[in-house]
Amino acid sequence: MDTTASPDYILEMHGITKRFPGVLALSDVNLKVRRGQVHAICGENGAGKSTLMKVLSGVYPHGTYEGDIVFEGQPAEFRTTRDSEHLGIVIIHQELALSPFLSIAENIFLGNERAKRGLVNWNATNSEAAKLLERVGLSERPDTRVIDIGVGKQQLVEIAKALSKDVKLLILDEPTAALNDEDSAHLLGLISGLRDHGITSIMISHKLNEIESIADTTTVIRDGKTIETFDMHGDEPVTEERIIRGMVGRSLDQRFPDHESVIGEEVLRIENWTVHHPIDQARAVVENASINVRRGEIVGLAGLMGAGRTELAMSVFGRSYGSHISGQVFKSGQEVQLRTVHDAIRHGLAYATEDRKHYGLNLIATIQANISGVALDKVARMGVIDRNEELKVAELYRRDLNIKTPTVAVLAGKLSGGNQQKVVLSKWIYADPDVLILDEPTRGIDVGAKYEIYTIINRLADEGKAVIVISSELPELLGICDRIYALSQGRVTGEVAREDATQERLMQYMTMEKDVTSR
Amino acid sequence: MSTDIKLDPALPPADNERSAMGRRLSGLGGNAREYGIFGALVLIVLLFQILTDGKLLKPNNVVALFQQNAYVMILAIGMVMVIVAGHIDLSVGSVVAFVGGVVAVSMRDWGLNWVVAVLIGLALGALVGAWQGYWVAYVGVPAFIVTLAGMLIFRGLALVVVSETIAGLPNSFIKIATGSVPNWLGFIGKMDVVTLVIGGLAIAAFAIAQFRARASMRKHALQVEPTGAFVAKIVGVGVAIGFLSVILSMSAGGMPIVLIICGVLIVAYSFLMGRTVFGRHIYAIGGNRPAAALSGVNTKRVDFLIFVNIGLLSGAAAIVTTARTGAALAAAGNGFELDAIAACFIGGAAVTGGIGRISGAIVGALIMGVLNMGLSILSVDPSWQQAIKGLVLLFAVAFDLINKRRAGTS
Repeated sequence: MDTTASPDYILEMHGITKRFPGVLALSDVNLKVRRGQVHAICGENGAGKSTLMKVLSGVYPHGTYEGDIVFEGQPAEFRTTRDSEHLGIVIIHQELALSPFLSIAENIFLGNERAKRGLVNWNATNSEAAKLLERVGLSERPDTRVIDIGVGKQQLVEIAKALSKDVKLLILDEPTAALNDEDSAHLLGLISGLRDHGITSIMISHKLNEIESIADTTTVIRDGKTIETFDMHGDEPVTEERIIRGMVGRSLDQRFPDHESVIGEEVLRIENWTVHHPIDQARAVVENASINVRRGEIVGLAGLMGAGRTELAMSVFGRSYGSHISGQVFKSGQEVQLRTVHDAIRHGLAYATEDRKHYGLNLIATIQANISGVALDKVARMGVIDRNEELKVAELYRRDLNIKTPTVAVLAGKLSGGNQQKVVLSKWIYADPDVLILDEPTRGIDVGAKYEIYTIINRLADEGKAVIVISSELPELLGICDRIYALSQGRVTGEVAREDATQERLMQYMTMEKDVTSR
Repeated sequence: MSTDIKLDPALPPADNERSAMGRRLSGLGGNAREYGIFGALVLIVLLFQILTDGKLLKPNNVVALFQQNAYVMILAIGMVMVIVAGHIDLSVGSVVAFVGGVVAVSMRDWGLNWVVAVLIGLALGALVGAWQGYWVAYVGVPAFIVTLAGMLIFRGLALVVVSETIAGLPNSFIKIATGSVPNWLGFIGKMDVVTLVIGGLAIAAFAIAQFRARASMRKHALQVEPTGAFVAKIVGVGVAIGFLSVILSMSAGGMPIVLIICGVLIVAYSFLMGRTVFGRHIYAIGGNRPAAALSGVNTKRVDFLIFVNIGLLSGAAAIVTTARTGAALAAAGNGFELDAIAACFIGGAAVTGGIGRISGAIVGALIMGVLNMGLSILSVDPSWQQAIKGLVLLFAVAFDLINKRRAGTS
């Protein structure tokens, strides 16, 4: 097939390349979407799916990427999302963009009000909203506040909002990630219903059973490149295994430092851990999870978005997340109660967050103040900080972990991602814990710095610490962990020793649905 | 330069030179704001010194400046801590009136000794702070709401306590705000020796503290600032304190007692904010509250304590204000909260929390004070004075923001 615009395709993206400082996020990506189809895009976290959709919708304006977009046979150069919406491309992000205290109807027409000379026509607003709600199968009054309905229904409001804009191409980013099975089924039904009415959809998902049931075409993206595109109705059946192979089959161009773990006695054991969502308290985000980690051991937690890995870690770490938490924590064989973060730190736990900017660092404080932030008492006497001692400690870690900065008096916010991560690690290492939980320790970090982080993790294990690594990158877990737990939808679905671990095997556990686990 | 370079063995030489430069620049940048606000104070003083034909810096006017503005300095100390933690306190003016009333009643009606009355005032202030801190820290009501309610509650209680002006307070009490340190040591010409000695001690204490810090850094093999800058800093501060002491020594009474009180509070609280674990926790909470909580900081306890503290300082301000007036008035302390908040923001505190220093807030308070005094000497209409102060606040913060934006984009 040649690349000239054909009326059969509603969208063609040619040779899209997108660079961020130090990172090649997309490299020569080609995507063609047929009119009236549901086109699934799948790939690991960080493969570049969301970046591609942001290029398409104008979040990254024309000129900040290379390559061409052809929409409905016309070249498109979007400068803002308004430009793309004007042509009927609407993106529904994973984090819903609704205003919680406004009504459903107000949200549907937000920025697009049914108004004349600045005065809103409420009757038109509510009656049109009611029609749209009927179309998406949502039986709520249009004047209900968005905060009063569940996430599943909010997702439907987003779709109603898209429909109000005469959508031609609907992009859904992980639409069912936060939904329960019933809501997911309804949503998927709605998407295929829209297809019958001629609305094309692009659906980003890693739930392979969903893709199998609804997609007409599936494109696999890996490491910022389009790997392959399957016709789901073709002669050759496309199985989950086939898609998984596409998703993970990367060449291992990352190198991991050699490491032989010396594993000792058990340090931390978590049993029957159940956590509910902090707001939607009926929804269990972690269910009956049991894991353990031993001295000198590096244990991985694998799972896709929404699998409950971070929620598990944070709820154990002094109940920093969730509601109705139940289960037991044993530290070196003794059951412990970790009611606050302070308790957790006192019992030798450390949790380095996946979200450095919001939960990890004080960006407007110096590197020095961040490094001493957890174990400040160690550089203080009677509550008075010995600033010289503090500076010495910070300098020690700057050299030891090779934090690239002129001085430790620089604000943490001025550092690159890799160096910020080293500051986070420094502050926890200085607290001298027995168990370190590292949540996505290499997210947003370039390859060179990743290697340094792996070396640090190995060294911590050699010093006799127990390390738990949460990561979305399977090669990373396979490269550094002694043992890996796979989580899916809040449950531990598998435990694999290093020798037996393959990406395919883990991905199978990670995509296990609830009914599958019970069989 | 040579001391700069050996710090960084990990980096190649080219990077090293750049980092040495960067270190210089960033070092300057960190303090530029502080120097800037200090420079602004000096400029405003000079401006009014010229405009008033030298009346501004007449000894008795300088004493009056401190006596009139002591309450702003005391409140600004507490307020900057509240603001750094990301909160606000709108109630301090009303608390001043309420506590002032109780202190006056305790002396006039209950016949208590003035020392006991002062202690009662401080304790009552702390109690009020604990009340507000409880709602902010443990119930989670936003400080804006809690202290807005407090503003009404304590103004109301002040009206109850001080139904009519309570005058006739003991002389020793009034001296807290209006008195001077006795001239025990006689005079040199027109200059009070006690004032000069206090000034000299302050200079010596500053110099010794600086030398000791430098020696300690040397001992830890840490980099110290260049000798020239170090000497210039001590000489500069020494000359400033000396100049002020000489002026004060020629005033009618000599060293005002409130200035000693303020000085002690400034030093103590600067130490608390800059050197203690508690102070660091305040900055950590203001800079990133969830990150501080995940680092094991007891954010609720810190929030509670900073409100207890500003209550305590409001009690101190109430004592100073009541003593200066010589009477308790129901309308006392009106607008004090705005003076204190303005002082903090002029002094470089960030509205979003995490940034702000005691010294900045004090300079901010002095800028407002000098403006007040200068404009009064020039007999500018009080209504216009208020408008001018408003503009100064707006321009100071806007200037700061523009500066920061420029630094961010460069």
